[in-house]
Amino acid sequence: MIDTRVNIAGVELKNPVMTASGTFGSGAEYSEFVDLSKLGAVVTKGVANVPWPGNPTPRVAEVYGGMLNAIGLQNPGVDVFVERDIPFLRQYDTKIIVNVCGRSTEDYCEVVERLGSEDVDLLEINISCPNVKEGGIAFGQNPASAEAITKAVKRVAKQPVIMKLSPNVTDIAEMAKAVEAGGADAVSLINTLTGMKIDIHRRAFALANKTGGLSGPAVKPVAVRMVYQVANAVKLPVIGMGGIATAEDALEFILAGATAVSVGTANFFRPAATIEIAEGIEEYMRKYKVDAVTELIGAVR
Amino acid sequence: MPGKWKETAKIVGQTKIGKGIYSMWLQTEEIAGHAVPGQFISVYCRDGSRLLPRPISICEIDREMKQLRIVYRVAGKGTEEFSKLETGGSLEIMGPLGNGFPLSRMEEKHHAMLIAGGIGIPPVVELSKQLPGGKSIVVGYRDELFLTEELGKNGSVFIATEDGSAGTKGNVLDAVRENDIQADIIYACGPTPMLRALKAYAQEKGIECWISMEERMACGIGACLACVCQSKEVDGHSHVHNKRVCKEGPVFLASEVEL
Repeated sequence: MIDTRVNIAGVELKNPVMTASGTFGSGAEYSEFVDLSKLGAVVTKGVANVPWPGNPTPRVAEVYGGMLNAIGLQNPGVDVFVERDIPFLRQYDTKIIVNVCGRSTEDYCEVVERLGSEDVDLLEINISCPNVKEGGIAFGQNPASAEAITKAVKRVAKQPVIMKLSPNVTDIAEMAKAVEAGGADAVSLINTLTGMKIDIHRRAFALANKTGGLSGPAVKPVAVRMVYQVANAVKLPVIGMGGIATAEDALEFILAGATAVSVGTANFFRPAATIEIAEGIEEYMRKYKVDAVTELIGAVR
Repeated sequence: MPGKWKETAKIVGQTKIGKGIYSMWLQTEEIAGHAVPGQFISVYCRDGSRLLPRPISICEIDREMKQLRIVYRVAGKGTEEFSKLETGGSLEIMGPLGNGFPLSRMEEKHHAMLIAGGIGIPPVVELSKQLPGGKSIVVGYRDELFLTEELGKNGSVFIATEDGSAGTKGNVLDAVRENDIQADIIYACGPTPMLRALKAYAQEKGIECWISMEERMACGIGACLACVCQSKEVDGHSHVHNKRVCKEGPVFLASEVEL
């Protein structure tokens, strides 16, 4: 019997595969294609204290081996989320990780406090969205701000806190150390890389927001490198993501030091990608006679 | 909740029916049996460098044979890839997606105007087949005509061309005025400027008007929030003013959306 369980800050996941925030809603749409009970966790779309309308369209553009998005964190606000999405997810035997976004420290803390009494397993704090003017990445590009927001959130959080890091920094290990110093229970990375696409025929930006976050297979080598650097810089569990589309991709992240992995853009081209990846990891373990997936975490040094 | 399926469809046949315009019949397992006029499918590229599915409207549905027809324009590398596929080949698709045209409105209405422009014409073919009651079909082209024969089987067809090579010289509304077409409901699909003009026309005349919209999509099923349009009322999903074209749409009451 192979053991696929992993542990993130005291929360046990049945396997290391989860969804990446923003690509999976709160799971309802994909539940037609995926048995959510087979996932280690569902990570929700970012939720703020009040509804956010997001950015103008076009919000997405395809690029070679990837895509750009600038959704701008459209979300219904924490009240609707708590009433509608948590009960929906609780029907399934999976862990619930709520991604939290905000424009100010107070915004983040308000949502985190509100979720304190709710049935959620972990919080993921988004300090790395490249597509909003205030908040988001502003907290995630400076170690002192990242440490401060982590401390503020930890002061009010009832659930363990994952800080989601941006790759749009000079030294991601330094950012990871900063949130570790701030009391984070785990880190997740990478959020998207800021990019741009120009339509040469219209001589215009492909996205209304001009810039957008690059995701998909194109970013994977950058993400694996950053996961490796962070895993070797901090003692916290690392959730790795960035272009994971197959079990082989996921295993690279785990061998680089990730305790769990998130699947994002791949959901758009293979709606059942998460399940296929979870099954592929098991297959790999059988093939190489690995008893526990934890043996693979950071096994390449 | 109506189902959606991801399938490997077999290509029954593909023909070029105009400049850069292709018609493809697909053998499906489930999708054709559940599709309604105005819905679309996501079509996936085989080339791994092109990740996102292409949303393509359903042109005709053969429930008995479980076949679907799509008619699309080659607009980039993805649709170019599809255009090179041959009979007997396969294509990854998902569907049926979106809401479709509300056929039941004809229980109250008498005569419908079906208005479409350019590559917005294909979904009106199946609509014209299934829509009960009287109907006038108004189609606008740049120059070259396509699908007019199919449409002619289901109602009287009025044509507008930009270059005046067929029918009314001008746009679809010019054809509506020139032929003095009267209706108490409009179903439309086409480019945004056309839809904007139709919305204004319908408002002025007090006619109920349903429009099929398009927007850049990623997931195609309502999860990613890429393809929103501005709605007059607060939407039920995100509680802002953004309806999802792929989920609440692509067909909206014109008065409900900002264009």
